[in-house]
Amino acid sequence: MAEFKHRNIIALRDLTREDMELLLATAENMREINSRDIKKVPTLRGKTIVNLFYEASTRTRTSFEIAAKRLSADTVNISPSTSSATKGETLADTALNLLAMKPDIIVMRHAVSGAHYHLAQKVTCSVVNAGDGAHEHPSQGLLDLLTIRDRFGRLDGLKVAIVGDITHSRVARSDIQGLTKMGSHIYLAGPPTMMPPAVEKLGNVTVCATMREAIQDADVVIMLRIQQERQGKTLMPNAREYSRYFGLNPENLKLAKPGAMVMHPGPINRGVEMSSYVVNGSQSHVLKQVENGVAVRMAMLYHVCGGELV
Amino acid sequence: MNLLIKNGRVIDPSQGLDEIADVLVEAGLVKEIGKNLKAPAGVETVDAAGKYVVPGLVDMHVHLRDPGLEYKEDIVSGTRAAAAGGFTSLACMPNTKPAIDNKAVVSYIINKATTDGFCNVFPVGCITYGMGGERMAEMGELKEAGCVAVSDDGRPVANAELMRRALEYARGIGILVISHAEDLALVGEGVMNEGFTSTELGLKGIPRVAEDIATARDVMLAEYTNSPLHIAHVSTKGSVRIIREAKARGVKVTCETAPHYFTLTDDAVRGYDTNAKMNPPLREADDVAAVKEGLRDGTIDCIATDHAPHHLDEKDVEFNAALNGIIGLETSLPLSLKLVGDGILTINQLIEKMSCNPSKILGISRGSLRVGGVADVTVIDPAAEWTVETEKLVSKSRNTPFAGWKMKGAAACTIRGGAVVFSR
Repeated sequence: MAEFKHRNIIALRDLTREDMELLLATAENMREINSRDIKKVPTLRGKTIVNLFYEASTRTRTSFEIAAKRLSADTVNISPSTSSATKGETLADTALNLLAMKPDIIVMRHAVSGAHYHLAQKVTCSVVNAGDGAHEHPSQGLLDLLTIRDRFGRLDGLKVAIVGDITHSRVARSDIQGLTKMGSHIYLAGPPTMMPPAVEKLGNVTVCATMREAIQDADVVIMLRIQQERQGKTLMPNAREYSRYFGLNPENLKLAKPGAMVMHPGPINRGVEMSSYVVNGSQSHVLKQVENGVAVRMAMLYHVCGGELV
Repeated sequence: MNLLIKNGRVIDPSQGLDEIADVLVEAGLVKEIGKNLKAPAGVETVDAAGKYVVPGLVDMHVHLRDPGLEYKEDIVSGTRAAAAGGFTSLACMPNTKPAIDNKAVVSYIINKATTDGFCNVFPVGCITYGMGGERMAEMGELKEAGCVAVSDDGRPVANAELMRRALEYARGIGILVISHAEDLALVGEGVMNEGFTSTELGLKGIPRVAEDIATARDVMLAEYTNSPLHIAHVSTKGSVRIIREAKARGVKVTCETAPHYFTLTDDAVRGYDTNAKMNPPLREADDVAAVKEGLRDGTIDCIATDHAPHHLDEKDVEFNAALNGIIGLETSLPLSLKLVGDGILTINQLIEKMSCNPSKILGISRGSLRVGGVADVTVIDPAAEWTVETEKLVSKSRNTPFAGWKMKGAAACTIRGGAVVFSR
């Protein structure tokens, strides 16, 4: 098996295709653990993982915690309301204080893009990104890759539509980085107010004028959450109009290839990004994404610890 | 002190002078310029062979942080850094604490600079009280106290009516208005230039049009009120075009840019380097090209540093939390000399933009080596090669994106009022 040479996982942009192949292959192996009666292996016994979540999160934090515990690592959860950040401590000082307690990995979510690079310069332990601002969400990107590969057996040559608020989406950036490196072609759609400049330069990316164009004959349709807390008041008239032009429903889903996958990073605003018929429908892989999330995060924690078995 | 600066290439665009000559300084004034001058007894000699001897450099846009923010910089450290960079005069912006909106603060700055400083300091007062954008500051008193211009630099005067009246009032007083051209609504929560790099880094962008619109507005107000206006730190191709067109129409507008805007692009932000975070933000390659063209064709009158010192703690944080600005006094000269090396400007044009023009625009009696004038002189060694080592910088702050850069060109000797205030 190839060697994983990164101490940190901060962005899929920093990983090669081979790095991602290795993580996905490991995640496939980890999946077996998750289906056992006793879902625990001693792989990371004696390791300490700090989940440092400066932003609200349920599924990602829980998923990382379950992943760590299934590998027998000890986990500590820190959130803003209980951390010294409320007393004005800088991220760097928080990190140095945590480091003094000798953790092996800090898993962090932070509202500022690039905060993990800042953290990684300060600490000697591994840093794993659980989402930074509008930059990247590499574990989500990898679990999306794994879920798509489960369905098609490959990632190259697929048409993947990503619809919604691309500008503010760290999921979109990680998906674009991951999928284009693996040979997929990305088609983006969303209101022009939510489409960042020159996004097509990120890789094999086409910006579409309409949602129809993006999802026409798509193998995969990834719908993004409208992040109402980030929108301000100038990016769209209201949720109703957004839903009409950029919402996925059984009718426009027919434009995609028969049996096309529908995905969403969650949490879903039902009736806005996707109708409940689609969310609950046979083409939805939303819960499969969540399931794969644990395996992918186990693989990430395993490899940043050096990939050594206890 | 009396000095004889020997065998330098004396360049003074204000007199059309460019020849190998000696400059004799007596009693703080330029006594004589000529060939083979003899040093009177007791006169110290400065060997300037192979070097440029030019009117002392003038930086019309500096943040000295004194009073109130002396932990970043103060008048002594800032003027010492200026002297090390070849500057003999600088204009300091009013965003101090308290702001330069009253006579007492102006007097404090001038007195401290006079007694303890290493170069001449010309304060810039506020356009509005406390830079609050609400009420016009007492420009008459500010001018009387020694201010050479007014500006709310760091923030625009958002209210167009107030800006119009400020321009009209300032014209009557005879004081220059310096515009920080930025539309804050368009800036929003932006932290870097909006473009491909911001897309990739996931950082909120500041569109170029935020500067262009504000430049256009203020140029139109200057035209309407027939008032002089100076646009600070021009960074976009749009602003350059707007100012070029306005000048062609006869609008009394001048402008400056800073070395980072013709040296770096927003690529410097990659790695989330907070030392590349500034306002206006670093732009894209076509903006850099337009700024260079603006310098070449005379649209851009001056090169200023926008020297903006910040403490380590204010930069060693997540990108969004970092304060805007970089220091520039000690790197401006070599970065600007590169324009000469690249054939964009002649050395004479460069000296115009770094000494004569800012003096003229601010209305200060500097920027010339005329006989009888104050002997503010910079001796430049264009061949000096050095590396930017942050720990060796004279400024109190270290926030520069040029750390580790190899530079060519430096001030060999800085003379203020006939006294050597720096020599390498």
